Amino acid sequence: MNINLTLFAQAVSFALLIWFTARFVWPPLLKAIETRQKTIADGLAAGERGKHELEISAKRAAEVLRDSKQQSSDIIAQAEKRASGIIDEAKAQAKVEADRIQVGAKAELEQEVFRAKEALRQQVAELAVAGAEKILRREIDAKAHADILNAVASQL
Amino acid sequence: MAAEQLTPSEYIGHHLTFNTHSVGNGGFWVLNMDTLVTSLLLGVIVFGFLGWIVHGATSGVPNKRQAFVELLVDFVDGQVKSIFHGDRHAFLAPLALTVFVWVFFMNAMDFLPVDIMAWFYHHILGQEHWRSVPTADINATFALALSVWLLMIFFNIKVKGLGGWIHELFCAPFGSNPLIWPANFAFNMIEYISKPLSHSLRLFGNMYAGEIIFLLLGMWAATGITGTIAGALLGWGWGIFHILIVILQAFIFMMLTVVYIAMAHESH
Repeated sequence: MNINLTLFAQAVSFALLIWFTARFVWPPLLKAIETRQKTIADGLAAGERGKHELEISAKRAAEVLRDSKQQSSDIIAQAEKRASGIIDEAKAQAKVEADRIQVGAKAELEQEVFRAKEALRQQVAELAVAGAEKILRREIDAKAHADILNAVASQL
Repeated sequence: MAAEQLTPSEYIGHHLTFNTHSVGNGGFWVLNMDTLVTSLLLGVIVFGFLGWIVHGATSGVPNKRQAFVELLVDFVDGQVKSIFHGDRHAFLAPLALTVFVWVFFMNAMDFLPVDIMAWFYHHILGQEHWRSVPTADINATFALALSVWLLMIFFNIKVKGLGGWIHELFCAPFGSNPLIWPANFAFNMIEYISKPLSHSLRLFGNMYAGEIIFLLLGMWAATGITGTIAGALLGWGWGIFHILIVILQAFIFMMLTVVYIAMAHESH
């Protein structure tokens, strides 16, 4: 139970152990722990950032999709409009053409009728003259009454 | 067993005799070789182990050895952090780790069965007297407590300056009126004397008492079959309880070290 020199010798070993711990044990381990903490914190931050970016790009993708849907439906509407326009145009053109053809046909028909009437009139006149000739052969000289006959023929 | 040839007081006295080595004239110039060699051996082994693990430490995924040491360091760091608000990594936290680990292992020598170890020291190492537990030697606990005490004074002077420290000796805790300087000084002196005393004697008393109880139980065990059974059972119970004491005393010693040195950093 005596206090003796052991106290100082023990204090020296204590000092050596403190020095060893403060120099070789604590700082490297602390550095390793702090580096790992930083790595983990960085990883978490990167994950958070990635999540945020994913949200943004999902939003952008939805926007683009909506825009393109809008565009395509616009295009379809335009095309439909254009198609009906073309059909209407074609119908109008066809009508005009039909009318034109109808008018031409009518004119030709009239001309044809006129021509037929003319021919008929000629034939009737000739028939009348032939009839009259047969009647008049006996009484009228064709030459003497030619002027009368021509006058009649022109009146028919 | 040694008790068979010895009277009880001789048996206990035999176990409590230091392995001394005289280096000069007089009772002071004596080294307790058992205390010194055991503590230094423990220090070299344990801190060498820590140094070895830390040398291979990685900041990536740690292996189990490193994780264990990191738990220990984190525990000590957390305790220091809750008490001390300066730059603890420079000195105080490593000091606390040193104190905790070293005191713990010196205390843990008490787990070794006294008589088997006595036989081992006697017959294998050829030492008549050898006490296993360095912290049951008052020289060892005073060495630690006085080192801490000197560090406390060193940090007092370093933080406040010599003048500031002396000013505080006379003007704290009651005030700076010259009439109460004596009271302040007396108060501070009592504090400065009681700190190392309580610091060292608490650890010494606990470990010494633990050792004595193991010795008494060992003595009882030598008295016959009843004594052997009772001694074994009580020794078992005391051993389990002692695990708590060993850890608790190491922890208390570390906490007081941290508190004393943290207090030295605070100005009043």
